[in-house]
Order: sequence, then structure tokens, then C-alpha cells
Amino acid sequence: MESLIIAGIALVKVLILANIILLTVSYLVYFERKISAWAQSRVGPNRVGYAGLLQPFADVFKLLLKEDIVPEQANKTIHTLAPFLALFVAFTTYAVIPWGPDVTIFGRVIELSVVPNINAGILYVLALTSIGVYAITLSGWSSGSKYSLLGGVRASAQMISYEISMGFSVAGVLIFSQSLLPSEIVKSQSGLMWNAFLQPIGFITFVTAAFAETNRLPFDLPEAEPELVGGFHTEYSSMKFAAFFLAEYANMMIASALIVTLYLGGWQVPYLEKLGLSAGWEAIIQVAAFFAKLVFLMFFFIWVRWSIPRFRYDQLMDIGWKVMFPLALLNVIWAAVLAMLIK
Amino acid sequence: MAVKKRMKDFTLMEKIYLPSIVAGLGITLQNMFKPKYTMEYPEVKFMPSGHYRGRPVLVQEEDGGERCVACGLCSRVCPALAIDIQAAETEKEKERYPERFEINMLRCIFCGLCEEVCPEEAIVMSKEYEIAFTNRQDAIYGKDKLLTPIADLQERIEFLRGNK
Repeated sequence: MESLIIAGIALVKVLILANIILLTVSYLVYFERKISAWAQSRVGPNRVGYAGLLQPFADVFKLLLKEDIVPEQANKTIHTLAPFLALFVAFTTYAVIPWGPDVTIFGRVIELSVVPNINAGILYVLALTSIGVYAITLSGWSSGSKYSLLGGVRASAQMISYEISMGFSVAGVLIFSQSLLPSEIVKSQSGLMWNAFLQPIGFITFVTAAFAETNRLPFDLPEAEPELVGGFHTEYSSMKFAAFFLAEYANMMIASALIVTLYLGGWQVPYLEKLGLSAGWEAIIQVAAFFAKLVFLMFFFIWVRWSIPRFRYDQLMDIGWKVMFPLALLNVIWAAVLAMLIK
Repeated sequence: MAVKKRMKDFTLMEKIYLPSIVAGLGITLQNMFKPKYTMEYPEVKFMPSGHYRGRPVLVQEEDGGERCVACGLCSRVCPALAIDIQAAETEKEKERYPERFEINMLRCIFCGLCEEVCPEEAIVMSKEYEIAFTNRQDAIYGKDKLLTPIADLQERIEFLRGNK
């Protein structure tokens, strides 16, 4: 009985989170188009439904009706596998991210995270996002087209370069929290002790690396429409293309959630406990705070995309190895010194 | 003109690069709240002035006859070979008239050379830009579609005269 209840709770959490992710991702696409339009003094999609709110569903429906083309030169198995690998990575990473404090419902303590107690939580996230590179590289390689191949090669080179500075930035956070558990990392940032304020250099390197990891502008070289005609997904159409599209936006959401968890205090609201609210209200406000931070970061991702031009490939490598990597190392030292002084 | 700087000439602030990113973000954020310039087409239609080159039409005089004397210059000058004329004669003072005058709108490139070359001011570019058809036969516009009362074309004719 007890194990059944636990399984049931886990299932409900998975269902809620999966639905939130799918809805958020489809509306991210809508808001990407809207925000790009606003930034360019246009109106953006406004035909399907009220203010174009049904546009994402129309887009998905259109993609489903399209012909699924597999190029003759392609390695068919891997060509089919790659988009689903991308989706798999995009949807499993959320499991460890805490989106609220522990709540007590009917005398049972429930952690608001699908798999709360993995004691290698952050490593799990880093490992999975690294697998995400395989999806892009394999799709580029298996398409049998030179544009795709170039996109795939760029993706792998870029990921290797930026994974390093990302890892070192995370090390700075771990020095403070002294735990790999995401929930412990969030708890270590109580009050205004947000890691973004304590280690601004690490914050900047992590955010930049997150942009590179999610292939968003200014680091979207694997796609680079003008040079590579879409890069790794040149040879994809129909639902397979949609899978890549979905994965890209889901990755953006993961990156935002990670930044919130690691640097912006997760679900914590500074000095909320001083207001003296009941535990229920406090939990609701904290969950809302997590999603508010998430939404702001996702807006930031889109905002940056429509403001900054793409880096050249050599500039990308220069920044990755000559700027980001030393800065991330510097941040580790800074974090260590600060931790010694404070604790 | 902006002076092109090299990497070595950059100040420290420019090398950090972040301030300029923030400035750029500021500009796009400001833009998001500025008025939009989109014309929402089927509801709001673009009203061109006399300078606009829409589809070419034949001028119809007040008495209902065409001005065209079927000299064939427009057909001759048309770079896309879109105009086809069959001339005929009458007993009236103005003897010649086009028995058949066809413009293939799939070929027309809206260059306005026909209008420029016309000695009679008989073919002019209208303001009409909603030209859609579902098959190739419909794309060939005969006299029934081309003849337009002169009253509707005053603005363009004045514009043309002002340019001469």
C-alpha cells in the first residue's frame, strides 16, 4: 500500500510536470514569434484564436500533415533515432530540478521535484545535457548532407568548449552548497545569499555557457540559417523536425530552470518568512516565485536572441577557451576564498 | 562615418563587451513598446497615391470608347511580351481601334514601359494591386477587364503629366 501511494504521487508529479513542459514549450514558440515581432515594431501572429493564442497548435498540426522526407544518402536508423534522442534528453533532465519547497499534504511530506533525492543531481543534469550533443551530432552525420555535417561538427566542438566553463562555474556553486543535491543548493541560497550576487563572474560564465549549450543566438552556429541552411536539421521535415524544435525550446527551459536553481535562489523568496504567512500560502508563493523567475529567464533568452548578432566560429572558440575558461577558473578561486571568509 | 577600430585600439570597457550587449538589449526592449507599423492587410488596405504602378489598364473615354489607336507600340516595347493587340478600323473620325487587347498578367512585370511609350495616354498603370487568379486562362485580361473609366484614373494621369 505504502509503495503504491509513493508510486502514485510520483506519477502525478510526472504528469503535472510533463504537461507544464509541453504547454510552456509550445507557448515559448508563440512568444518567441511575438517578442521578435515586438522588437522589430511588428505585430506578430494574431490570426489563429484570440491574439493568435492557438498558433502553436496550428503549427504542430501543419507539421504533422507534412511529408516526412528521409534523404537517400542518409543512414536511416540513426537519422530517425536522433530527433527522439534530443527529445528524450530534453524531457528527462527536469526530473531533478526542485520547483518548490517540501509541502505537507494529508500528513505526508511531498518534495516538489520528480526525483528529489538523487545525491548526484547536478551531475545527472550535466551528464544528460552532454548526451544532448549526440542528438545533434548524429543527426548532422547521418543526414548525408554537407550542411548537416558541418552543423553537427560545429555542435560537438562548441559543446566541448563550453561544457568546461559550465562545469567550472557549477563548481563554484557546489563549494557554497557543499552538496550535489539540487534542493540543498537551493536551501544554501537563503535570504539574499543568491549565488548570482555572491559570484557574479560565475553567473555570467554559466549563463553564457547555457546559451551555447542550448544553441541559442548568439551561439547558434550549429543551425546558422544564413551559412548552413538550418545546419543539423536541414534534412529533417515533418514531425522529426518538430521534435528538434521542441527539444530546442525544452532545452531553453531546462537552462532557465538550472540558472534559477543554481544562481537565483530556486524557489526561495528573500525574507518571505518574516511576513508570517501560513505554511500553505508560503509554499504557493514560493512555487509561483520559481515559475516567475523561470519565465523571466526564458524571456531573457528570447530577448537576447533578437538583440545580438551571431558570433563568427573562430570568435566563438576564442571566447570559449581564452575568455570563458579562465574566468570560470577565476570564479572557483573567488568562491573558495569567499566560502572561507563567510563560513 | 564611423572609424573602423581594431581589437588593439579597444578600451577595456569595449573589450569586456558586456556593456554593449546591455545597451543593445536596452534598444530592443524600448522597441517592444513603440507603436507597430504593421498594416493588417485584409482589414486595412494600402491606399497608394498616383505614383504607384499597379496593373496596367486601358483608358475609357467618357463616351465609352477606348482611347487606344492600336499602334502596337506598347506591345512592341513590352520586355516581357505580355501585351497582344489585334487592330481594326471603323468609319469614325478616329479610325483605328484595338479589336482585341490582351495583357497576360502572368507575364506582366509592372515596369510601366507601355504607359511611358503610349503616344495617346491610352494605357496607364492603375492603383490596383489585388491580382489573383486560379488558372492560366484567367490570367489573360481582355478588354472587358482592362477598360477603366477615365474618372478613376485622374490621379495617375496628372502624375504622369507632372513628370513630363
